[in-house]
Amino acid sequence: MTTMEKTANVPEPRATDDGGTPLLEVRDLHVEFHTRDGVAKAVNGVNYSVNAGETLAVLGESGSGKSVTAQAIMGILDMPPGKIPQGEILFRGQDMLKMSAEERRKLRGSKIAMIFQDALSSLNPVLSVGYQLGEMFRVHQGLSKKEARAKAVELMDRVRIPAAKERVNDYPHQFSGGMRQRIMIAMALALEPDLIIADEPTTALDVTVQAQVMDLLAELQREYNMGLILITHDLGVVADVADKIAVMYAGRIVETAPVGELYKRPAHPYTRGLLDSIPRLDQKGQELYAIKGLPPNLLNIPTGCAFNPRCPKAQDICRTETPALAPVTEADGSELTGRGSACHFWKETIHG
Amino acid sequence: MPEKTLPHETTTPEAVSTALKSGAGKPRSLGQDAWRELRGSWLFWASGVLLILFIVMAAFPSLFTDVDPRQADLRGHYLAPPNWSHIFEGDWFGYNGQGQSVYARTVHGARASIIVGVCVTLAVTVVGGFVGMLAGYFGGWVDALLSRLTDIFFGIPLLLGALTLLQAFTHRTAWTVSLGLATFGWMQIARVMRGAVITQKQADFVTAARALGAGTGRILLRHILPNVIGPVIVVATIALGGYISTEATLSYLGIGLQDPVVSWGVDISAAQSQLRDAPHVLLVPASFLSLTVLAFILLGDAVRDALDPKLR
Repeated sequence: MTTMEKTANVPEPRATDDGGTPLLEVRDLHVEFHTRDGVAKAVNGVNYSVNAGETLAVLGESGSGKSVTAQAIMGILDMPPGKIPQGEILFRGQDMLKMSAEERRKLRGSKIAMIFQDALSSLNPVLSVGYQLGEMFRVHQGLSKKEARAKAVELMDRVRIPAAKERVNDYPHQFSGGMRQRIMIAMALALEPDLIIADEPTTALDVTVQAQVMDLLAELQREYNMGLILITHDLGVVADVADKIAVMYAGRIVETAPVGELYKRPAHPYTRGLLDSIPRLDQKGQELYAIKGLPPNLLNIPTGCAFNPRCPKAQDICRTETPALAPVTEADGSELTGRGSACHFWKETIHG
Repeated sequence: MPEKTLPHETTTPEAVSTALKSGAGKPRSLGQDAWRELRGSWLFWASGVLLILFIVMAAFPSLFTDVDPRQADLRGHYLAPPNWSHIFEGDWFGYNGQGQSVYARTVHGARASIIVGVCVTLAVTVVGGFVGMLAGYFGGWVDALLSRLTDIFFGIPLLLGALTLLQAFTHRTAWTVSLGLATFGWMQIARVMRGAVITQKQADFVTAARALGAGTGRILLRHILPNVIGPVIVVATIALGGYISTEATLSYLGIGLQDPVVSWGVDISAAQSQLRDAPHVLLVPASFLSLTVLAFILLGDAVRDALDPKLR
């Protein structure tokens, strides 16, 4: 797959100017929500990093904490009830959690931007798309109304919305789902941010449009050499565009791997379960595999490995000891770069 | 969405492109949709024509009469009955107990009533809108504080509150009366605004605007306000009629506008003692008052129908 070499031949200088520090690094992030029924621990020590030009896919079921992590990075968590008791979010080496609200606001949109799942509800229904696109330039760069409008048309052209000039004054409801998502992408890309977080950008779209939108996103990412965090539960989408994958379960990363590796040899029973539950043509007529049970209640996460009640390999140790994300190696002990698994029995899972 | 559907037999490219143009060519905003709706409503036109008439009357009373409303001729005109054939003349609606032309006084009285109605409505919308917006958007203790304050003011009846406050002024003009009414009238707007803002602030587009770097002020004014202004406009327009009649009530009770000021309320108040001898002195300003209030309420109704897509 060519995606692996993407970082090597980028023309932009900004990939190299910060020598070694990743674009974004999340360290031991915890997020909890204080509710009437108790404390819901949505994120319990997430670590990941993204470099310029790289795509990290964060995979997981609903409630696994993937979107909450993204919201914490963007600084759009509702606090209260949300709370970040510990952890660091380093953007170019600077901890964003220690910045003032105003500093963070200035980063949002210009350095880090987000694409939301449902473009219809994420665009303001009473403002024209031209206004909403232009707003990015007016807020962050202080352009005049006219200049902003011109930039908006330019952006709409970039994301290949036909007849951009005529449609710039249209309202969101006048666009189709795919076109709306393109507008969302255009808004996120407006100021050429260094990092884009896409929270299930294609979930609300039908399959043919999904492919177009993902292609567009991947192409623009390559062009601007941006880091991309792609949050999804769609293993098919991930396979095409991601460089590396982090699988989340109950607010924790249970497995990390470069994209091809993960599909070939999963090192965590949960990942294996996810892969086995993809419908496949060669299994026509057989019953589709499903991971038994339900995701854990975040108010009451099982002790030990959170996945133990649903895991086919669970032993006594899984119920008492929480496994740390340990590096995964070949059977002969040679290193596998970028791979890690939070399972006591990763060896058996990957090699056995 | 295009109103024109394509005829099956002529699906030429030209037909397609013209059909597309007619449908997608003109963007329609909420305001434009509302205007299309309003244009077809007879209620809107009827109330609109009446209102324009009253507003012109308030702004340029000399267009309607050149008789001085304060000129009194007791000997000649004491409670003289209306002379219905003398349209637009001083004795059209007869004379009052001071020998003043009822027609001239009614024309000149429009100004005070409409000033009070419009001023109170504007003040109430600004104050109530501001309070409701802050309470709804920030929630928490801000909401608790502002909502309790709203509740406290809600406990005071508008008329009683205004009565008590206006007592403190020895010299009362349209402005002081407006102040009195606005002080005790902003709560309903605040409630409507608060509810609407709470619904809208959870919308995804607010989160999206925040994620793209919009500050609190911009989110409130540019993203939330246009989405909540509809119900507020409706409540305000309907209430406007009520404020005009409350001003008349206050004047009737002798605590609103005072004599050198010409207003419908003052005239109605003065006419009460001669109701049986000369009903026209009371009925003429009272009819004008009712018509104005009715026109504003009908307009509010029409605007509500136009702005609320669910009623279409």
